[in-house]
Amino acid sequence: MSTDAGTRSTTTTPGRVGYGRVGDSARRPDGTLKVTGEFAYASDLWHDEMVWGVTLRSPHPHARIRRIDITEALTVPGVTAVLTADDVPGDNAFGLEHADQPVLASEFVRYEGEPVALVAADHPETARRAAKRVRVDYEVLPAVTDARRAMDPGAPAVHRPGNLVRHLRLRRGGEAPTAPVVVSLDFEVGMQDQAFLGPESGLAVPAEDGGIDLYVATQWLHVDQRQICLALGMPPEKVRLTLAGVGGAFGGREDLSVHVHACLLALRTGKPVKMSYGREESFFGHVHRHPATMTYEFGAQRDGSLLYAKARLLFDGGAYASSTAAVVGNGGTLGLGPYRIPSVAVDAYGVFTNNPPCGAMRGFGCVQAAFAHEALMDELADAVGVDRVAIRQLNGMREGDLNITGQVIDSAAPVGELLQIVSELPLPPERGAHPDLRSLPGAVNNTTHGEGVVRGIGYAVTYKNVGFSEGFDDYSTARVRLEMTGGEAVATVHTAGAEVGQGLITVEQQICRTELGVERVVVHPKDTTVGSAGSTSASRQTYVTGGAVKAACEAVRAAVLDRAAGVLRRSAAELRLDGEKIAGPSGELLAGLADVLGDDAVEETVEWRHRPTHAIDPETGQGEAHVQFAFSAHRAVVDVDVELGLVKVVALDTAQDVGTAINPDAVVGQIHGGSAQGMGLALMEEIIVTDGHVRNPSFTDYLIPTILDMPPMQVTVVEYADPHAPYGVRGVGEPPTISSGPAVAAAVRAAVGKPLRRVPIRPEHITGT
Amino acid sequence: MDFLQPASWQEALELRAARPDAVPLAGGTDVMVELNFDRRRPGALLDLGRVPELRTWRTEDGCVRLGAGVPYARVIDELGKQLPGLAMAARTVGSPQIRIRGTVGGNLGSSSPAGDAHPPLLAAGAVVQAASAARGIREIPVAEFFTGVKRNALAPDELIGAVRVPVATGPQQFSKIGTRNAMVIAVSAFACALHPDRRAVGTGIGSVAPTPRRAADAEAFLAGELESAGLWESRGELPETLARAFAVRVAAAASPIDDVRGTAAYRLHSLSVMARRAVTWAWNDLREAA
Repeated sequence: MSTDAGTRSTTTTPGRVGYGRVGDSARRPDGTLKVTGEFAYASDLWHDEMVWGVTLRSPHPHARIRRIDITEALTVPGVTAVLTADDVPGDNAFGLEHADQPVLASEFVRYEGEPVALVAADHPETARRAAKRVRVDYEVLPAVTDARRAMDPGAPAVHRPGNLVRHLRLRRGGEAPTAPVVVSLDFEVGMQDQAFLGPESGLAVPAEDGGIDLYVATQWLHVDQRQICLALGMPPEKVRLTLAGVGGAFGGREDLSVHVHACLLALRTGKPVKMSYGREESFFGHVHRHPATMTYEFGAQRDGSLLYAKARLLFDGGAYASSTAAVVGNGGTLGLGPYRIPSVAVDAYGVFTNNPPCGAMRGFGCVQAAFAHEALMDELADAVGVDRVAIRQLNGMREGDLNITGQVIDSAAPVGELLQIVSELPLPPERGAHPDLRSLPGAVNNTTHGEGVVRGIGYAVTYKNVGFSEGFDDYSTARVRLEMTGGEAVATVHTAGAEVGQGLITVEQQICRTELGVERVVVHPKDTTVGSAGSTSASRQTYVTGGAVKAACEAVRAAVLDRAAGVLRRSAAELRLDGEKIAGPSGELLAGLADVLGDDAVEETVEWRHRPTHAIDPETGQGEAHVQFAFSAHRAVVDVDVELGLVKVVALDTAQDVGTAINPDAVVGQIHGGSAQGMGLALMEEIIVTDGHVRNPSFTDYLIPTILDMPPMQVTVVEYADPHAPYGVRGVGEPPTISSGPAVAAAVRAAVGKPLRRVPIRPEHITGT
Repeated sequence: MDFLQPASWQEALELRAARPDAVPLAGGTDVMVELNFDRRRPGALLDLGRVPELRTWRTEDGCVRLGAGVPYARVIDELGKQLPGLAMAARTVGSPQIRIRGTVGGNLGSSSPAGDAHPPLLAAGAVVQAASAARGIREIPVAEFFTGVKRNALAPDELIGAVRVPVATGPQQFSKIGTRNAMVIAVSAFACALHPDRRAVGTGIGSVAPTPRRAADAEAFLAGELESAGLWESRGELPETLARAFAVRVAAAASPIDDVRGTAAYRLHSLSVMARRAVTWAWNDLREAA
């Protein structure tokens, strides 16, 4: 079993930089720039001749546009263009899965904040003022803002023919048997925001060939390009994208934001156009995590062994499809957690409403479900009188098991082990007699000196698919070039894989150093002059673009050795490329790389795919839907002031199987960040939407954890190499976001002794006031 | 929009009188947010950051005369002994960067019901020194300063020069509820000050009414009960029933609303819990000092 071959490390100190190869904690090439504030983010884009574009957005969740009058806006001095839907030359529609979202609203607006008109002016302030002079005559329509009512007969239709985006039906193991122990619950998850720190920004520059060059912060250049081409009515060679500095993404940059708008204004004005959202507009300018309402039921033997599970999940997709169907796919196929369950009935729905559109966010459908199945697992443990760790170990998946879609888990599935690790990590010390205020709920807000404070411990475990699923052709393209420059071997790696802060460029360099033995690796700017790398999402880039870079390096190496074989008159099979040397079978130096290459460069481009996945059966939900699974477990320790409902997370420790850590420090960084984001959803992060209106579009009232909310973590990285993946890697970014929140929620429930079936858990939920 | 930068207090007052459309700018932690959100476009900004007189404090007649431009960071570092309640409140303001910029004078100028400085100023019985070029200095008790949501008693030609805060003669406490453990706007806040020298109790409540206000009935009730039980002299333990009764009266002074930060019911509940706990801590501090 592969689990025998694994290694385990609990990380408290920085990893070894080493030679910057696979397995080293190579330094990020962008690290110093970011720490010193010199890194150029998309919001820093500048062109001396540029004008500024702004967006006029709908104030209504649902309305018919009777008329738009731009006359007055055009008279504002400094304004160079005012555009509406009539000015979209191509298809006035875009979308990741379905092109259902207008570039600019024409007949209807379907959510508060939907773009209606664009203004370009010589100053952003001028553009904003002019936008306020665009007169839009709206006929306000009834809105559907409760997802539970969206499929009711008579509910206002957000789109024709109706408000259902997807229903995933999953049945396995025949009718549910009766079970001696039955537990059930309802759970609700609020709308989380990605809260990336660098708001949407881009610069569109009209080119002499009539095309456009767009510099933009995004997660997938080529899917953007495809949608922009359709909207502009231009071929791909005329629409060229380059990645600008990305300040975080977390799924919120998968859909278009400024892209088409900036291009439209640039093509109209003939000038470079910059668009840059402020924080408030950003809350309206990208999709959010789907709020969900869920009903779960487990049937089990008296010892706690699961006999069946039933689940109904309802995701509020908001006004446009975005990636709702795929989120439903994940929620449905993975939404019962990493457990062995003989009989399963799951119905997952995504619906349209007039709420803000929801789409991709780290954890993608699994986050919401995990709150429900982990809360219910605790219920089951209590019902049968089994410890909460043991109940999960009893039912936890193992390698070789079938999951609920009937897919074999064909690499490590260390559910029991991860739980064992977190349960055995040292617990934080008990509170002393005179605790530092910062260690208490409320911290220096000075609300308790220990009064009312109760400690609770909670556990959660998850598994998440890595890469795109359900038959999607998921590939990446890498171009690698090797040449001698100034007497030194230099590799250049060119992919379109978006670096969003996670460290892909470091990984690309590490792989080139490892495969080619070079020290210097230049990362070419990310753009559309090379083939698609797929999306920086689904925890997939180290796996898929990493795989493509590895394959391209192998092709370069083979080509170099072919050349060497010709020069040396030997068989290529007995030669090795070792840095700047060509070596023979016993390592003897046969030639220098310079002797073989001369002034030439060897360049190879490879399109690389992981194992195919397959669509699931529409009746049963069965099928090999996913390519890889990644597992993590968390243990949270919280102190709750039960009288005031305030929470201090005292410890949030985790164990995660990462397959192979390409860059151990970066892996731990992902785990820290993901854990904080999951904890944020459990305790504070929510976009509050009332009747279709967002009430807290600011970081004043959309709260994300601070350093006083996030405890230091004990992170145990387990490495069970996946034999099917390059270097044995397993996606890392998402699992921590999934299992941390439910562990925190469980710990709060343990402290408070109330069911708390909604997250974020607000103080008034705890106090009952 | 004009940007006015007086270099002296006199010049500032003259500009204020000449430009009623100007918004005074202290640390900018409120004003700049409003400008950025385009909620406000005044004809001018009157930057008080270069008026040296505003950035000083001194003790006179048993009071700290705190220049309106002294930032929270200095209140924490320099005035923890004299004005403990205000220093505790200052510690809860924003982030370290905000505390370096933000000032008590600016907080008063904004007059937000959630302003962190207000409850301890109310509890201490502070006096706002308003000044105008035409009429000189006018003193306004802080309890009369707040006249509505983000409104105050300043005349259009007046600026806040300083706030006079009596030096603490007994323990003070400040507590604030936020849904995270730092950098949060108060959902509710409570300050109390014990004045053993005159056997009085001061309070201030925040984010639970259209303005910050005192809980005057609660103050009189507690001072009277302490008196009749002889506790001011004996420094005996504060009965929990008394702390609870005081807390009920503090909550009775509030008139909160539901909003995105919290419910009215939670505001009342949390206010009473804070009042009970904080007054107990203050009383225990007093006993320990004896």
